[in-house]
Amino acid sequence: MKLTLHVWRQKNAASQGKMERYEVEANEHMSFLEMLDVLNEELIGKGQEPVAFDHDCREGICGSCGFVINGVAHGPMPGTTVCQLHMRHFKAGDELYLEPWRASAFPVVKDLVVDRGAFDRIIASGGYISASTGSAPDANAVPIPKKYADLSMDAAQCIGCGACVAACPNASASLFTSAKISHLGVLPQGEPERRERALRMVATATAEGFGNCTNIGECEAVCPKGIRLEFIARMNRDYIQASWLQRQESSAGGVG
Amino acid sequence: MSTATTALAGKAARDVRFLDSTIGKKVVMAITGVILVGFVIGHLLGNLQVYQGPHALDVYAEKLKSLPPLLWGTRIVLLISVGLHIWSAVTLAGLQKRARPVGYVKLKPVTSTYASRTMYWSGPILALFIVYHLLHFTTGQAHPQFVEGKVHQNLVLGFQNPLVSASYILAMLMLGMHLYHGVWSMFQTVGVNHPKYTPMLKKLAAAVSAFLVIGNISIPISVLAGVIK
Repeated sequence: MKLTLHVWRQKNAASQGKMERYEVEANEHMSFLEMLDVLNEELIGKGQEPVAFDHDCREGICGSCGFVINGVAHGPMPGTTVCQLHMRHFKAGDELYLEPWRASAFPVVKDLVVDRGAFDRIIASGGYISASTGSAPDANAVPIPKKYADLSMDAAQCIGCGACVAACPNASASLFTSAKISHLGVLPQGEPERRERALRMVATATAEGFGNCTNIGECEAVCPKGIRLEFIARMNRDYIQASWLQRQESSAGGVG
Repeated sequence: MSTATTALAGKAARDVRFLDSTIGKKVVMAITGVILVGFVIGHLLGNLQVYQGPHALDVYAEKLKSLPPLLWGTRIVLLISVGLHIWSAVTLAGLQKRARPVGYVKLKPVTSTYASRTMYWSGPILALFIVYHLLHFTTGQAHPQFVEGKVHQNLVLGFQNPLVSASYILAMLMLGMHLYHGVWSMFQTVGVNHPKYTPMLKKLAAAVSAFLVIGNISIPISVLAGVIK
């Protein structure tokens, strides 16, 4: 199958980029990234610079890959990352536009590669549990009802790919931040720092330059892991409670 | 004493931080939204008395004017709500611009509704409409045959102009769109989202929008059709 690609080419963070047109011969058994590998081999053969894109596991679980295909983050199939998207979903003659995630908090490094360090900094600001870990605790030493374990696991599926930010008209990181807040907050181990965590991570997301949430739902629709808007409501709840109910620490407190 | 001051400073600082935050601003938008939706529902219920004959509206207006604390209390609360609603929208829109300076060549929305994507358009259009509506039926500067206190007559003469009626009908369609997203969205913003209730809230939003659009639009159409004289 012959395809026409329009790919965002940008040499580095400082340079101006533009869309470039390429023709590529693919077959339906390839994954989308394998199709790009074919294009890149051709480009290298011609002595041109290959198209840079992020990828690692190519199994849809690492969160490395992702770009926008014809205006949809991770392409037209729901619940998949770009690496798990296959060429059988396209037909000969298709014209595809490939663009990097667009957000000021995700500066383009090169072509389709963006710097998602802002996500790491959001996690570093509160996406952890302060407890001495020691050796692994016994399984089920802390009993957790199944529905809470399930809810936590649903949120913990987030692989931090950034598609939510890319799809959001406000370039908001709310879905990502809420997933990272919720997978800890619904468990007893994460409860003590639940509200402080929400305060810090939401503040960091804004400081990094992500926009606000307008409850539009595009993030949920493109999320390869099915993270739900429900978690954003939960984050808002945590944040509102934290803002209004948080107690101040006092040196006189807790002496008995 | 010192503890009290520290606590106060801490609390005041917290309020400022809350209103500085994106979630805090959205909460302001949601709460003022509830007030404004409540008002437009009450406003329509009052105005539907236009179908009870030529005197009902005049009597209703007289009754409202005889209760200045209620009238002015409502007006002040509404003015503050509209102001805060706009403040929140304007500051957040600025943030949105900064968050995505470079847009996409191709962008295809997957699930979002047209209403949800156009809130930053329907809002300002409604604000302009409110100004016109007040000048038209409340103070009369935009109404060539305005007579103070003759509410029913002002309404009929105003809507007999097809252009005026058309602008009201368009504005009400905008209101319907704005609330189709807004009425559900305000619950999500304050943290109410549950598999059991969210589908119901979305239906509630659609019902509220439909009621307001149909109820309000019926009035200029009835005037143009000669049902209300």
